[in-house]
Amino acid sequence: MSSELRYTANTQLEHLHARYTGTGHADLTKYDWLTHQHRDTLSSIVGHPTLTSYLAIADGESIGRVKFEMTERMLQPCGPPPRKDED
Amino acid sequence: MHLYNLTLQPPTAVTQAIVGNFSGARQQEIIVSHGTRLELLRPDVQTGKLSTVIATDVFGSIRSLAAFRLTGSTKDYAIVGSDSGRIIILDYDPKTSSFVKLHQETFGKSGARRIVPGQYLATDPKGRSVMISAMEKAKLVYILNRDAAANLTISSPLEAHKNSAIIHHIVGLDVGFENPLYAALEVDYSESDQDPTGEAFNNAEKMLTYYELDLGLNHVVRKWSEPTDPRANLLVQVPGGQVASSDRFDGPSGVLVCCEDHIIYRHMDRPQHRVPIPRRQHPLEDPERGIIIVAAVMHKMKGAFFFLLQSEDGDLYKVTIEHEEDEVRALKIKYFDTVPVASSLCILKSGFLFVASEFGNHYLYQFQKLGDDDNEPEFSSTSYPSFGMANSSSPLPHAHFRPRGLDNLALADEVESLDPILDSKVMNLLPNSDTPQIFTACGRGARSSFRMLRHGLDVEESVSSELPGIPNAVWTTKRREDDPFDSYIILSFVNGTLVLSIGETIEEVQDTGFLSSAPTLAVQQIGADALLQVHPHGIRHVLADHRVNEWRVPQGKTIVTATTNKRQVVVALSSAELVYFELDLDGQLNEYQDRKAMGSTVLALSVAEVPEGRQRTPYLAVGCEDQTVRIISLDPESTLEIISLQALTAPPSAICIADMLDASINKTQPTMFVNIGLQNGVLLRTVLDPINGQLTDTRTRFLGTRPIRLVRVTIQKNPAILALSSRSWLNYTHQNLMHFTPLIFENLDYAWSFSAELSPEGLIGIAGSVLRIFQVPKLGMKLKQDAIPLSYTPRKFISHPTNRYFYLIEGDHRVAGEPAVAKRLQELRQAGKMIDDEMLELPVEVFGRPKAPAGTWASAIRIIDPVEAKTVAVIPLDNNEAAFSLAVVPFSARDGDLHLVVGTAADTFLSPRSCSSGYLRTYKFTDDGAGLELLHKTETDDVPLAVMGFQGRLVAGVGKALRIYDIGKKKLLRKVENKTFSTAIVSLNTQGSRIIVGDMQESIHFAVYKAPENRLLIFADDTSPRWIAAATMVDYNTIVASDRFGNVFVNRLDSKVSDQVDDDPTGAGILHEKGQLMGAPHKTQMLCHFHVGDLVTSIHKVSLVAGGREVLLYTGLHGTVGILVPFVSKEDVDFISTLEQHMRTEQGSLVGRDHLSWRGYYTPVKAVVDGDLCETYARLPGSKQSAIAGELDRTVGEVLKKLEQLRVTASGF
Repeated sequence: MSSELRYTANTQLEHLHARYTGTGHADLTKYDWLTHQHRDTLSSIVGHPTLTSYLAIADGESIGRVKFEMTERMLQPCGPPPRKDED
Repeated sequence: MHLYNLTLQPPTAVTQAIVGNFSGARQQEIIVSHGTRLELLRPDVQTGKLSTVIATDVFGSIRSLAAFRLTGSTKDYAIVGSDSGRIIILDYDPKTSSFVKLHQETFGKSGARRIVPGQYLATDPKGRSVMISAMEKAKLVYILNRDAAANLTISSPLEAHKNSAIIHHIVGLDVGFENPLYAALEVDYSESDQDPTGEAFNNAEKMLTYYELDLGLNHVVRKWSEPTDPRANLLVQVPGGQVASSDRFDGPSGVLVCCEDHIIYRHMDRPQHRVPIPRRQHPLEDPERGIIIVAAVMHKMKGAFFFLLQSEDGDLYKVTIEHEEDEVRALKIKYFDTVPVASSLCILKSGFLFVASEFGNHYLYQFQKLGDDDNEPEFSSTSYPSFGMANSSSPLPHAHFRPRGLDNLALADEVESLDPILDSKVMNLLPNSDTPQIFTACGRGARSSFRMLRHGLDVEESVSSELPGIPNAVWTTKRREDDPFDSYIILSFVNGTLVLSIGETIEEVQDTGFLSSAPTLAVQQIGADALLQVHPHGIRHVLADHRVNEWRVPQGKTIVTATTNKRQVVVALSSAELVYFELDLDGQLNEYQDRKAMGSTVLALSVAEVPEGRQRTPYLAVGCEDQTVRIISLDPESTLEIISLQALTAPPSAICIADMLDASINKTQPTMFVNIGLQNGVLLRTVLDPINGQLTDTRTRFLGTRPIRLVRVTIQKNPAILALSSRSWLNYTHQNLMHFTPLIFENLDYAWSFSAELSPEGLIGIAGSVLRIFQVPKLGMKLKQDAIPLSYTPRKFISHPTNRYFYLIEGDHRVAGEPAVAKRLQELRQAGKMIDDEMLELPVEVFGRPKAPAGTWASAIRIIDPVEAKTVAVIPLDNNEAAFSLAVVPFSARDGDLHLVVGTAADTFLSPRSCSSGYLRTYKFTDDGAGLELLHKTETDDVPLAVMGFQGRLVAGVGKALRIYDIGKKKLLRKVENKTFSTAIVSLNTQGSRIIVGDMQESIHFAVYKAPENRLLIFADDTSPRWIAAATMVDYNTIVASDRFGNVFVNRLDSKVSDQVDDDPTGAGILHEKGQLMGAPHKTQMLCHFHVGDLVTSIHKVSLVAGGREVLLYTGLHGTVGILVPFVSKEDVDFISTLEQHMRTEQGSLVGRDHLSWRGYYTPVKAVVDGDLCETYARLPGSKQSAIAGELDRTVGEVLKKLEQLRVTASGF
């Protein structure tokens, strides 16, 4: 993909970002980056059976509940976004 | 260092289970996913027992499974969604008994990623298409069809992506033969990501969206999308569509949306129906806490259907839908029964319910009734305004039921599962055992157990009876060839023979024609209806009419040993001569004219069974005192000629030729094995070439300290060999591969097959003067389990250095301890509430304990006697304290008296970790360790997650601080501390003055205690961050550790650094050294790295075989027990790594995951060979086997022998 990016970077970049959710770019804010990290982590936990079991045992909940709460948390894992300065 | 990884016990947790006719026969089977392994289970409808048909490692992580059947077909396929970035369609081939990969379509990167599909699978019930979805955005639809030759075909994927949508669940709708429709539960995050006020987040709607696959236009459209309950988590398919013949609707179609506290029936443009999920009428139930459905199954019968939904407490609800044509009239829910919380439920057409428990053993239940006419309250959507949807944003009033014992279900079978293993120890505590046992703390909550695992097969004894003397051999025999069961038991004593007849009772008989005044050497049912007895002075051939033909030994000689089959008899005389007899077509036993002089005393003889349709078996094996075994021809053209010879290391004590199937040698035909037992307890197994009679491929195994006796027996209709030494071993074929496993049973002196009406597949044995009849019920089991129940989830346990007890800490989060429960009940009673005592008495193992809010803990210290398998004492902890760590510490300030220190914390919250106070409880041992007396409690500022004895003091990891404590009168006294650890200390190991510390997130640190200056200094750490789960020292400079993501790795400190640190008396050098990479001045080197695929919870350095090498044994959360074996020579490393390379190319993963990237999931695999992959060499087709062996410059036999030798010498398994 690097050669693709080198020659057609500007025209393709936007398209690629839309295609690969979670990839970073130069103007990424700290909040966006953190939110992506958390969503990646949460979906990785749901996707690995041993991790869901591990969390379920630690927390005393059922695996189904852990998966559900993790998926719910993906909506906004790091709280609301920071206010943008008007100027 | 180079390691060889071998799994001794594969994971037993079931993450998903599906049901279908996978073999294409009329019988239904279950495929279960063990996370990294697929297993096909077949329930026996008559006996209600589950048996494993096949189990295969897939070398990848299975995330979803679905059964799928093409329209009009009778065979189901399994579709697998994994972390390989591919969709896989598997077919079970009953002929070869293996899974065959039909299709493998790549769609994305590997790994369990957010936007790469594989997490959810949904199939169209008419078998036309499948949807595979990621956690976010990506959904792909594949059209499945059949080609002209009726082969399954798969289309290219059609996208049904929706950007910034988190997917909770997907399901295929039942729409009959209209265009396939899928429902997805999605939440869009784009608005809440932009809104700093948080309003958009609060108003985020969970959408139920329908995607239609237009088969005509070949694309997918979003057909319908409506908001539903924001706490919905699961969708269930509702039957629909018309029966082609009658226009009648099978059901209303649509979905059940399972939400927190409610079930909603939903379909496009139709009124919704909502019912509450009934709650337990338990006095301690928290009414604020929501209930969700965690598992669901729909079952269609002729003209009707129902759902079983399971709540997170384990309660099953039966949900029914009343409908007229495709209009729903009412949605009804009622309590059905309570079973353990499942990861999957499967209903079989034969009336069974398979419950794949999320933790602990799995169960098969039989339906007794369907809960149709009982008094259980039923809640219908019609009893609420607008079918429960009048005010859809507010909850319906709570509905209640009274939980009770099983009423509609009855337990049929139980599948043992170690999942989860939280801690383990490997020790040899049993008397008369030469191999260590593995003690594991397993399970979760009230279903937890402490299990002892022993290598061997479980034996069920049915009869045990005392005999008048000590017999030296036992046989059973039928009277006629076609009898179904045995008629006589023959016992040989030093000076006589006893014949017992098997009938309603077992009693002595006299008129059998057997000689009772002499010992017996062999008994055989010979010909159609005759019996044969060999005794030291002759052979008696007892005909059906009780006439006896006797052959007498020449004067001055005796028979020393004999071997027989249905048509042949060979006896060896004391003059070292062989006499050969064969049955002719008239049923006469004829002696061959010549006798064969062997020149050395014959110690053992064996002929194989007569092959079906043949006159004779052509080979005789003779073991002589001169430490040789000769193969002698019995062919009429070369009778009694020596064909081949094998030299032995000791005189033989027994020989046994048997034809057994071993697919690693020959896929289709049984192989003729010559088993030679030596007087020194070693067993040799060689292959006898059926064409030229040569002996090849010798394998050796040490069985025990006594001379070996070998007996050919029948186990589950297949030939097997029982080898008796100081332990009894069974050599048998299971799933086409040869196994060699000890029996967990008393030492037997002799044994034979035993078949009677009550025990058709039994064995009979003598141990001293006791006659025992027994069965081996579960073939293929490698570890026998004995369990002690526990009350809460076990956390850790330790052994005492001098007594035999184990000290175990257990605790559960979100559970109120007994004192808290009693107090709460007291309060309720005082408030005038009626307390339903019956509810409080429900067995907690089945119903669990009522859930309490986060930060509530129930915990206890338990003393276990592992030999007697019982709990000696339980010390409950009060004040919401929970135990997290423990150690036995010899305090030098108390003259080295042993104390138990338990690290606890009160009011602990997990995330973020906090507690009101941590404690170090110091106990004194009383009653020789059977009791504990609390000396004092020392407060700490954080949770002490690790404690350990260190140079007569205590070292504790309290949160981020490492401290050394000494014992005082009222408290432990803090002596020194180091607070520079980054997250929390979870593991401690020590040797000398070195302490090796495992940090929760920052890997392993090497610290040293410098006594003169009283300094605790970190001098080395790791370059990569690791979430440590367990760690053990391999040697002074080397540590093996595991992390939370399923990796095991070995780190080593440079010996120069080690010496330098040890030579520095004050530690001033370390103190002033410059840190590297924001850490300690020195870094460890990673020597080995391997991704196991299961979260490793404990590692031990032990020797599993008496006198064997030390290996690293690990246990995994999902029930894995495995070993890492160090290679001894460079040649072995080269050979096995090359073999592994070849296996990687030949044996692709079943889920399409690249093996190298699977074993190097997070960090590239280093210096570890995957033995599980290498061992699949035995299952490869013969041509591939020889191709690989050719590349390695070996023969197939040599490769197999090397693999077996690696396993046997390291583990004895």
